Amino acid sequence: MTQMPMGAVPKKKEEKMKLFRKPNKNLFRQMKKNYSAYLFLLPKLILFTLFVAIPVVWAFILSFQKYKVFGSEFIGLKNYIEVFQSDAFWIALKNTLLFTVVTVPFGVISALVLSTLIFELGKLSQSLFRSAFYLPTVTSMVIIAMVWRWMYNYDFGLFNYVLGWFGVGPVNWLGQSNTALWALIIMQCLIPFGVGIIMYLASMGSISQSLYEAARMDGASKFKQWIHITIPLLKPTTLYLVLLSTIGSFQVFTQIIMMTGGGPGSATETLVHLIYKTGFRDFDFGLAGAQSVVLFVIILIFSVIQFRVLRHDE
Amino acid sequence: MKKKPLDRLNKFIIFALLSIFAVVSLLPLYWVFSTSLQLSSYQSMDMERPVSYVDSNPPKMYPMGIPLYFEHWKGEREAKKAGDAELEAYHQAQMDHIVSNTFGSFKSLFKKHDVGKWFFNSLYIAVVVTVGILLIDSMAGYVLAKKRFPGRNLIFWIIISTMMIPGQVTLVPLFIMVGNLNLMDTHWALILPDLSMVFGVFLMRQFMYSIPDELLEAAKMDGASEWRTFWTVVLPLAKPGLAALGIFTFMNVWNSFLWPIIVLNTAELYTLPVGLKTLQDANLASFKLLMSGAAVAAIPMIIVFILFQRYFVQGLTLGGVKE
Repeated sequence: MTQMPMGAVPKKKEEKMKLFRKPNKNLFRQMKKNYSAYLFLLPKLILFTLFVAIPVVWAFILSFQKYKVFGSEFIGLKNYIEVFQSDAFWIALKNTLLFTVVTVPFGVISALVLSTLIFELGKLSQSLFRSAFYLPTVTSMVIIAMVWRWMYNYDFGLFNYVLGWFGVGPVNWLGQSNTALWALIIMQCLIPFGVGIIMYLASMGSISQSLYEAARMDGASKFKQWIHITIPLLKPTTLYLVLLSTIGSFQVFTQIIMMTGGGPGSATETLVHLIYKTGFRDFDFGLAGAQSVVLFVIILIFSVIQFRVLRHDE
Repeated sequence: MKKKPLDRLNKFIIFALLSIFAVVSLLPLYWVFSTSLQLSSYQSMDMERPVSYVDSNPPKMYPMGIPLYFEHWKGEREAKKAGDAELEAYHQAQMDHIVSNTFGSFKSLFKKHDVGKWFFNSLYIAVVVTVGILLIDSMAGYVLAKKRFPGRNLIFWIIISTMMIPGQVTLVPLFIMVGNLNLMDTHWALILPDLSMVFGVFLMRQFMYSIPDELLEAAKMDGASEWRTFWTVVLPLAKPGLAALGIFTFMNVWNSFLWPIIVLNTAELYTLPVGLKTLQDANLASFKLLMSGAAVAAIPMIIVFILFQRYFVQGLTLGGVKE
């Protein structure tokens, strides 16, 4: 078991205590002895420091500054006040929230249902459907957005044509402010959540069959087994998927810039698109920095809430 | 266990249901290819004006060039039999037109637009980053999993904690930094930040735990240097992990969009996704051309997916394992 990650935990504590007790000489001796380990880490550490660590710290500093090429000045919370006082931010937040609140549950639940159905089938059909549902996930969102813009075309689009079968008249999906956001939401819902399906299938495979046999003995129906055995045991996977897709959903951007540009008006403005516009169209770096810190905090809050709600009941 | 007929019926219903969903989910991808090969101008003898099957209502569900080509091919043979040279020439001309029109948008993509260059840029950047990440992250993951040295846990937790921070937070500082380093509008501006992604360190560390310590000890006994041990013992054992990480890195870099549109301004340097955006901005309504561009960008990922499907599944389930 010592090779497992879990086994490393007690050793970690031991090590720390040693560091505190023994004088620094020992520390240096240990570092010297293990110099090759540091050399192995060096490339990643340099890259990480330059392009991750420094920018992260800098982002927080920037959000309190008015950026100028030579000598930025600290302006306290002014950027944050401007963020919260602008209508654009609240509209973007509202749109992003609506997008998330609809697409995340839909994606996760549909992945659960689809993988339950797939799991019932034989090995060959399983891998066939797994591929069919995962393939759209490996395709770039740029491509998916381009083809959906074409499918949403008012005159010749596939979407209006199919709706016509059901007697729904042609709709200018992306061109009207009351349908544009919903068009993006529908599109997101119709892209299968491939990651979810693969992970659910893997987790379902690791549930012990004896549980189901016991339930069958007690005369529980398939549906009851699903509700009382499968779903509770998949909870860790569900938590992971909800977190993953919420984080992804808060960062929705590619569809926006490729399909609507945030319009019409600001009907499809989202947080990341707003950050992009503020930072790289208006070049207001301080304000964009503050917006991105706010985005980070929102994602963090959501993650913590979801973690609290969905984690194992103890 | 014996199969009940009801079971078989159930399975059939499930199969049918899933097939419908699968068709819906694959339809957009099909539509990319179908539109890219759709006939955009065609005029037969009995038509007054040429028609476009791209802009047609109701939409044509498959490239119309296929049945029309077949028709003219039959017509040509009949004309030959009847000895009507004029008619034969007409059918031949139509067939040539259908072929050149069907594939015409691909030709113009590579001739008039820089798609060939964008494709090459995307490919070489993705390959460079993937190879770099595999080497750098497996080195880091190896020592973080297998060596004990002061600061090991601190380094690991600092690196991992940044996985929680969304990429947009660092956009502006990275932009300023890339400007200061004089890397703006170069491929280094894409490669260096991509090489700094931390997910691989996490993944490789998880993977390296499963390598038995005894093998490393044995290599040490034989007098192998640290680097030799890593190169000849550790890396071969980590192959499945490397494959998974490699594929995900390649996919992420190939599809990456937000950062490249910020730092790239020169058409020659564009990657495919950036190029496709400018292509769309300049040809908003030429859907055949746009879908051809989309097809060019989609094909490599589809091939990679079909070839390495196994590792996609492996990578996802590995990455999801939380300590």
